[in-house]
Amino acid sequence: MIPAQFDYLAPTSVADALSALAEAGDDAKVMGGGQSLLPILRMRLNAPEKIIDLGRIEELRGIRDEGDHVVIGAMTTYADVLASDLVRQHAGVLTDAITEVADPQIRHRGTVGGALVHADPAGDVGAPALALDTEFVITGPGGDRTVAAADFFVDLFETAVGEGELLTSIRIPKHTGWGSRYEKFVRVAHQWSIVAVAATVRVEGGTIAEARIGLTNMGSTPLRATAVEQALVGRAATDDAVREACAAAADGTNPPSDLNGDADYRKHLATVLTRRAVLAAAGG
Amino acid sequence: MTRINVTVDGVGYEDEVEPRTLLVHYLRESLGKTGTVIGCDTSNCGACTVHLDGRSVKSCNVLAVQADGHEVTTIEGLAQDGELHPMQKAFHNCHALQCGYCTPGMIMQAIDVLNENPDPSEEQIRVGLEGNLCRCTGYHNIVKAVQEAAGSGAKEGAQS
Repeated sequence: MIPAQFDYLAPTSVADALSALAEAGDDAKVMGGGQSLLPILRMRLNAPEKIIDLGRIEELRGIRDEGDHVVIGAMTTYADVLASDLVRQHAGVLTDAITEVADPQIRHRGTVGGALVHADPAGDVGAPALALDTEFVITGPGGDRTVAAADFFVDLFETAVGEGELLTSIRIPKHTGWGSRYEKFVRVAHQWSIVAVAATVRVEGGTIAEARIGLTNMGSTPLRATAVEQALVGRAATDDAVREACAAAADGTNPPSDLNGDADYRKHLATVLTRRAVLAAAGG
Repeated sequence: MTRINVTVDGVGYEDEVEPRTLLVHYLRESLGKTGTVIGCDTSNCGACTVHLDGRSVKSCNVLAVQADGHEVTTIEGLAQDGELHPMQKAFHNCHALQCGYCTPGMIMQAIDVLNENPDPSEEQIRVGLEGNLCRCTGYHNIVKAVQEAAGSGAKEGAQS
């Protein structure tokens, strides 16, 4: 399978990429690592006239420590995030989730920013980004703006990144010392999540002091299970106490029905996986 | 058409390609390097795995223009002076193939696994090969071959 013809631009700076985007208008598609886009182009599900490849923009790569935040450039590959002690230490649930993304070859090319903007609800980085209260730095002709995680995911394959704009970095508030776990349910290796749960918790003296839960593939966007987060606070990190709190994990969700399972099955999975994830994150 | 400069298996090439040309098609059809095969065309099976700047990628999921200025190693670039790469020898010794179609990608990915971790456990080998499918289901001997290569100094020769 071969993509339809397109013109190809590979700018080397964000400024050049924004100019190219402004000039191309509607007919351009921005490419990150290309690991989701290229299959789409090969299957001719999309046939843009122009591809703007961000792969040669060095300023978009890298991970840095900015005081109480870890900042990840949008074009940083999954593999580079996995190798980062900074991320593992302060945003462990993102590391956990990326371990489960596709396979090593895809992780060598695929980028965190690309996956977030692609916004596939079955993708693995949205839920941890949401759970960690990530801030999204979006750059347009007028400069940078920052969007909160709760406002970033708009709908299926749709984010707050507007026409003529690029996601340039994400800023993750440090969750130092929090336990974490990403529980992904699939039938075969390197499949998209049927359902997955990102949990990160802070335990004090055997009691859950704070909890953040993100759900993958339980609706058209990644979701926060805020009712569970609230119900967990002050509970002992034991099976019974956590099980009761996690019973509400699927409340307010609207998961898809497909060949892998219907919506009710996914709701059941969400409660089970949330309990497992929280217990593991709490060290139970 | 876009002009690219790529080093493949140690040899520099300068070519004009259509931007939509996949790296695997460039390797097979422009350079004649048919050792790299196309299995699934959906980036699932890993048969087309090559190394791009020393790290494994699925060459059906990379554009040839993205390889401009970079270095590609294929299964055809592993043997040195007629001597098989230790991973190739291990696959041969362990009979780590049935039909052989997945073998080029398996070997390229197996080398990447050892580059990342020269002394992997059996589970780490299986996880490291999760992006490569063997439709004959001959995984057992493939894992044994990687274990043999890990124990026979493949790490020294694994850089590509």
